[in-house]
Amino acid sequence: MKKKAFENFVYGVFLLLGLITVGCVLLITVYLIVSGLPAIRQIGLGEFLLGRTWASTAADPRFGILPFILTSVYGTAGAIALGVPAGFLTAVYLAKAAPPKVKAAVSAAVSVLAGIPSVVYGLVGMLVLVPGIRTAFHVPDGASLLAAIVVLAVMILPSIVNVSITALEAVPREYEDASLALGAAPTETWFRVSVPAARSGIAAAVVLGVGRAIGEAMAVMMVSGNVANMPSLFESVRFLTTAVASEMSYSSGLQRQALFSIALVLYLFILLINGTLNFFLKRGGRD
Amino acid sequence: MEERISTKRRVRIALLWVLMGLAAATTCALVLFLAVYVMAKGVPEITWTLLSTRPSYLTGNIGILPDILNTVYIIIAALVLVIPLGAGAAVYLTEYAKNRKLAAVIEYAAETLSGIPSIIYGLVGMLFFCSFLDMQTSLLAGALTLVIMNLPTVMRTTQESLKTVPQSYRDGAFGLGAGKWRVIRTVVLPGCVDGIVTGCILSVGRILGESAALLFTAGFAHTVHGFFEGLSNSGATLTVALYFYAKEEGEFGVAFAIAAILMILTLVIQLAAMLAGRYFKRRRGR
Repeated sequence: MKKKAFENFVYGVFLLLGLITVGCVLLITVYLIVSGLPAIRQIGLGEFLLGRTWASTAADPRFGILPFILTSVYGTAGAIALGVPAGFLTAVYLAKAAPPKVKAAVSAAVSVLAGIPSVVYGLVGMLVLVPGIRTAFHVPDGASLLAAIVVLAVMILPSIVNVSITALEAVPREYEDASLALGAAPTETWFRVSVPAARSGIAAAVVLGVGRAIGEAMAVMMVSGNVANMPSLFESVRFLTTAVASEMSYSSGLQRQALFSIALVLYLFILLINGTLNFFLKRGGRD
Repeated sequence: MEERISTKRRVRIALLWVLMGLAAATTCALVLFLAVYVMAKGVPEITWTLLSTRPSYLTGNIGILPDILNTVYIIIAALVLVIPLGAGAAVYLTEYAKNRKLAAVIEYAAETLSGIPSIIYGLVGMLFFCSFLDMQTSLLAGALTLVIMNLPTVMRTTQESLKTVPQSYRDGAFGLGAGKWRVIRTVVLPGCVDGIVTGCILSVGRILGESAALLFTAGFAHTVHGFFEGLSNSGATLTVALYFYAKEEGEFGVAFAIAAILMILTLVIQLAAMLAGRYFKRRRGR
């Protein structure tokens, strides 16, 4: 009987460990809701989400986060527009066309890209990209939405490549063989048969890229100029993530609470993206 | 065969090849450029003084010894906690969980955790560990935040390795009269060593590169402490120090030196992960 009690105890310990992830998600969700709601209630949901001015430290403070939301959306869309075609084509090349040695070398390069810390991207962006944009487009300051888009595009590239490769390699060999037997060239087969067959996985790759781009803070903070303007390609802008990060250290009162509300909005975006990602991954698994 | 393909098709095929080649070449060029640029700018800035001293406003000296130590401390503290938690959760899921719904909830929670951006971890870590549990801004609060962040990683790699432990081993042990815990201790846990090692390597890489989650939990201080004293004090890791020197101080030389160090460490970790993967695969093949 003593042994039985001991086994139950061990079971309890492992059950507890298993439940930790659930506990963490609950903790994060509850904390964000509890600390994020008061400011929204005080400012008013419409004014908070649709207000076009953010002047948190002014004598008559305004807390409209529409500029941040739009910047995050535009920035992510731009990064996707640049990063997805490059990542997708690289993935098709690596999964189907590349000779084994080239594939090994390029895959290693992609995983190096994935491992580089975001502050290093930020630093290089600050010293190469920002001055580059200033001289190339003759704007007073290169720290802009465009700089952030380019940095984000590079940062999401590895996720897109890796997830797409996995999807493309999972396409049954028979599909491709059938297409080849019907007289299609290998290249036509990859793009007309393999890619459509792997579309769920590739969609998942894009959604994952969206999640990465919208959640990135440090690299973007270093290249985007960080002024709460409405988004425009060559203007200094502030994202949802950088809005939280840049004022947190000196904020207080309603301003601080409003920052928590921004984090709550960001969290809702992320939950939405995660849901979409799961949908595509599940569908990919079923196909 | 070739000549039967119409010109239109041949042009399209050639175009696709050009596009694929361009994309792959761009990816490689980006990696090469980043590596070479950071190394060329950073390596000449790495001096013994930089590595072995701490910054002082009195002498104007800049040294990153405290940041190196803080990074090491935070990695050790986070790994010590995340390994038992993550591996334990994985053991529960693969060995114990009979309730499919509960297992699905746990898996979903892990997936959600791995999608949450680090700035949100930083914020909740600040609210929960620093304020609610009254740890102040300290390396321990930062390490605990990183534990939550890396939990899904260790969990997933351990789960993967547990799946490779043949069911017959477990059945054999049960057949000899072993209890559940004994089976786990003698058969299951040894089987998940490779998953834990892989998880550790990945986690170290992530912790090394993490900055947003640490800004408000571990802070910015640059003082040299011992391990336990260090944990209760605020301190910047290498990435946070890089951000601080580049953005707040305009000390780009120091920033590039740190960037080069981070880059080298990243490469070492990639290599370690690759070698570990190859080693475990070969051992399993036998």
